[in-house]
Amino acid sequence: MSSKTMKIFALAQLALAVFGGTLLLGQKMLQVKGSDTMVNLVQILAEKYMDKNPKQPIAVLGGGSGTGVTGMINGTCEIANTSRDWRQKEIDMAWEKGIRPRFFAVAIDSLSVIVNGKNPLNELTIAQVGAIYRGEVKNWKAVGGPDMKVSLYGRQSNSGTYVFFLEHVLGNKPYTTDMKEMNGNAQIIEGVITDGGGIGYVGVGYIIDQATGKPMKGLKVLNIKKDDKAEAFSPLDKAAVDSGAYPVSRPLWMATSGSPKGTAAGFLAWIVSPEGQKVVEAEGFYPVGGKLMEQNLKNLK
Amino acid sequence: MTKNRLRQLKERAVKGFFFTHGILSTLVLLGIFALLLYTAVPAFRDIRVGEFLTTKLWDPTSPLKPVYGILSQIMSTLLVTAGALVIAIPIGVGVAAYLSDVAHWRVREIVKPIVEILAGIPSVVVGFLGIVLFGPAIAKIFGIAHGLNALNGSVLLAIMSLPTIISISEDSLNAVPTAYAEASYGLGATRWQTLVRVKIPAALSGIIAAVMLGMGRAIGETMTVLMATGNARSFPTGIFESVRTMTANIAIELGEVPYHTTHYYALFAIGLVLFVITFLVNMAADIVLRKYQEREQ
Repeated sequence: MSSKTMKIFALAQLALAVFGGTLLLGQKMLQVKGSDTMVNLVQILAEKYMDKNPKQPIAVLGGGSGTGVTGMINGTCEIANTSRDWRQKEIDMAWEKGIRPRFFAVAIDSLSVIVNGKNPLNELTIAQVGAIYRGEVKNWKAVGGPDMKVSLYGRQSNSGTYVFFLEHVLGNKPYTTDMKEMNGNAQIIEGVITDGGGIGYVGVGYIIDQATGKPMKGLKVLNIKKDDKAEAFSPLDKAAVDSGAYPVSRPLWMATSGSPKGTAAGFLAWIVSPEGQKVVEAEGFYPVGGKLMEQNLKNLK
Repeated sequence: MTKNRLRQLKERAVKGFFFTHGILSTLVLLGIFALLLYTAVPAFRDIRVGEFLTTKLWDPTSPLKPVYGILSQIMSTLLVTAGALVIAIPIGVGVAAYLSDVAHWRVREIVKPIVEILAGIPSVVVGFLGIVLFGPAIAKIFGIAHGLNALNGSVLLAIMSLPTIISISEDSLNAVPTAYAEASYGLGATRWQTLVRVKIPAALSGIIAAVMLGMGRAIGETMTVLMATGNARSFPTGIFESVRTMTANIAIELGEVPYHTTHYYALFAIGLVLFVITFLVNMAADIVLRKYQEREQ
């Protein structure tokens, strides 16, 4: 190559770099990070939103609720997804860094307890599920099931679902160390489908097979009752979840620092709009209503 | 005169250039060790070293009281690695012997590059195979409920360390002077006897180095074991139990841990222990190698 062509080549490269740089700077991506339970839902919400607003790019990452909170505090994401409430410690840490978290309930999840499809058991009480995950019950026989070893599937400690389950089902007592700690909801389902003695907990949006609209094959969703005397309800029963009769449901949160601006404002406003909530329902979760929705609209301002 | 000077200067510059490169790797190692030490030591303001190494329970986010014990993780790492070596050494050395002594040269020209390509498969892909292929297969073969256990991890790590073991073992078998084999045949030994009693002992230093390098890969591997072994925190009681290795534990928890807390420092302390273990393995390999080399001379 002659030196002249080299120079032209180098110049072209420089121009390209500058041009590319401005392009990237001009189109800042909205970074959303956190809960694995929410990652599919928010990904689809983002795609639908970007179809309408192609000039507002959004990147959605999973990793767990803890990862989202840490990401927001460390400044690596603008919106943090969590499937649990923020801890006071985390809110304090955020305030120290000048971050003023504002919370938006974007969907309701009825946390679902799943077993292998061949397991004849149909229902459990909260106390029984807790005992199983604390390691006090090791055989299905003890809770009215077949004579088979219980094989536990759960999430890792950075998961909001792990924390929510710990607080609301295990009564804040530690999980047994025999629990297999999986990377995400999909892996728990994969495990329980292949494991005859398996039990797991996942967000309700994960158990419906999108192709058939029914729970996945090889999987059984247990009905849960508050205590011995209560009636058992399925997490798929919308009325029971709405009324609170299904005992383990929770809001899924997206948090911003201060009032949302730019792409974040548009995105969140669209999610909590009837159109966005329709997508939430299509993905197997439940729409937000009542007080939580009022709070959302107030926080948008 | 000036020309000579210039040449001298150039010579010196080149020498300095290569010296810097040589010293750089040492500096990087020292730097890593210093950083690891610096971030690991604060953990022991709150945890006693003895407790850290001998307690089985690891539960830093316990709602009751955080417990930091890595004995289960150390045992899990050793169990999975040992299992991998039990599988990989016979197969690896066998394949190496086949390639160097039995196979037609054309077969060798095809098989060896393929084995080396095996080394380039990303660990996340191997882990995925563990979930969808080896796990269910192990569950079926042994009639157990699931395949997310130490054995699954061992099988995958064996696959990952095989290319190293095969490639280096084959090289060292090939490096054995042909005169050795010819002398052996001349004395009336069969090919099998020659291979087992002459060539393999002569190439032993290389084979041991190959095994140690494979072992190094197995101990430090993270993604594969993270995906395939189930990550239960309990103390391993057999190869069919779900286990959590030291590397998997660091990978799982480092992403979410708040900076500069005891939990954060404790994860680096695990890294330090891992570093010491791999260092000891490498040193042992070095000593063994040197002993054999001395004996050969």
